[in-house]
Amino acid sequence: MLEKNGVPSREQVISCFPEPSVLIKPKAVIECYQEIPCNPCETSCPFNAITIGDDINLRPTVNQVLCTGCGICVTKCPGLAIIVSSIKQDMAIFKIPYEFIPAPLKGDIWNALNREGKVISTCKIISVQDLAKQEKTKLITVEVRKEFLYEFITIGCPDER
Amino acid sequence: MKKTPFLIIGGGPAGLSCAIQAASLGQHVTIVERSHTLGGQLVKQTHKFFGSEKQYASVRGYKIAEKLIQEYIKLQDKIEVLLDATVTGLYPDKVCTVVQNEVYFKIQASVIVVATGASEKFIAFENNDLPGIYGAGAVQTLMNQYGVLPGNKIIMVGSGNIGLIVSYQLMQAGVKVVSVLEAAPSIGGYLVHASKLRRLGVPILTGKTILRASGTDCVESVEIVDLDDSWNPIPGTEQIIEVDAVCVSVGLSPMHQLLSMAGAKIVYIAELGGWVPKVSTHHETTMEGIFACGDLSGVEEASSAMVEGRLAGLFATKKLLKSVDGFDQIYQDLKSQLDGLRSGPFGYKTRVGLLQMKEEESC
Repeated sequence: MLEKNGVPSREQVISCFPEPSVLIKPKAVIECYQEIPCNPCETSCPFNAITIGDDINLRPTVNQVLCTGCGICVTKCPGLAIIVSSIKQDMAIFKIPYEFIPAPLKGDIWNALNREGKVISTCKIISVQDLAKQEKTKLITVEVRKEFLYEFITIGCPDER
Repeated sequence: MKKTPFLIIGGGPAGLSCAIQAASLGQHVTIVERSHTLGGQLVKQTHKFFGSEKQYASVRGYKIAEKLIQEYIKLQDKIEVLLDATVTGLYPDKVCTVVQNEVYFKIQASVIVVATGASEKFIAFENNDLPGIYGAGAVQTLMNQYGVLPGNKIIMVGSGNIGLIVSYQLMQAGVKVVSVLEAAPSIGGYLVHASKLRRLGVPILTGKTILRASGTDCVESVEIVDLDDSWNPIPGTEQIIEVDAVCVSVGLSPMHQLLSMAGAKIVYIAELGGWVPKVSTHHETTMEGIFACGDLSGVEEASSAMVEGRLAGLFATKKLLKSVDGFDQIYQDLKSQLDGLRSGPFGYKTRVGLLQMKEEESC
């Protein structure tokens, strides 16, 4: 239970995703389950696709028509609560925030982790973006099998740190 | 005796913001800061901050300190800074005693803003003085400021925002966090912080606390226990966990001592963190010309402390100069920022505490 152990339920996770049919194009998925005073996702979006409003405590909503899945909000969110998700044939493609060393390199095979930190599969690193404006939060594009769409959340280094 | 029109005690987020606000209105100020650097706790915060743009949301804490220091440098001709300088006494005639580099001297001011922040609370358990048992602030100072690891295998006590954030920072530094204990039935801090820790495989255990630490020369293990609904340990649920460090993060207490000494009225408001100076909506204490802001007047996030500091700077400047150009506009902006930060569920305690403060005023 989220309030007790930090792990959202499958229903909570699914409620943050758009319909799978929408995911033929990349879309931001925001797992911000709680009203906290924060709005960089809204102010950083160049397409005005994320709305919080004047009361910065309200939860963000994503306009799936306007969202291009660019991933700017992913590295802006101080809660690391945003990923970008899309589906390409049998694979789910994610853009995730990453703040650990070592960071993966393009082409690496790393572990795919679920929201409890358990290894669910391996995953392929498609790209690693580390621009100055990301302020040391790397944006990693990663590919996992489609069946893990609602399970996958982050990556783990395959060599035990 | 040194004289200054406007003295600020503490150069953390509140005190520094106060100085910047007052100096930008043309007021000369003096900051007395006990550390060797300005920025207070901000300098060891490596995570991106919440809030909105005006409070530097999405900027890492130490970068916010750099930004504030840059603003101070622009106003350097109006802001005097005394570093490594500790205020040891505050007297009703607005005289402060200060120790700097083993030299003792006095400063008298026309207005004083006290922004001393808060100190960490600790909890009682057997052997809680063994080496290897730290407060979260010490862990951050060692690790994030000086690059020294506090241990290799650590248990965190407390799941407020500081406990969750420091646990994440420990993981970033390569320290294994075996678990986060929380005595309450649910997680105290933001759930996004909890989730980003949980996905690294760190268990967050609610309804549990630490009973004792064991070890010969330093911590080697801890015994933890489940708590019932009345916070009493449940016999038979004890568990021993091997660790070489314990981090305690169980809340903060406002540092009201200087104001107590000066004779300002101190009131107990649990929602604001315990004993706090009674302040008006203008951040003025019961002693005319002495103001308080930041965690000292109610424990909150650094974002709120920065806005409160600016407000106190505005009011104290007005007290000195009688009139301030654009006062209403600045006030409305700062007030709406604070209201915005406090209007959600996480601002509830502060809202209740401030209501109680208002009632104190009418007493």
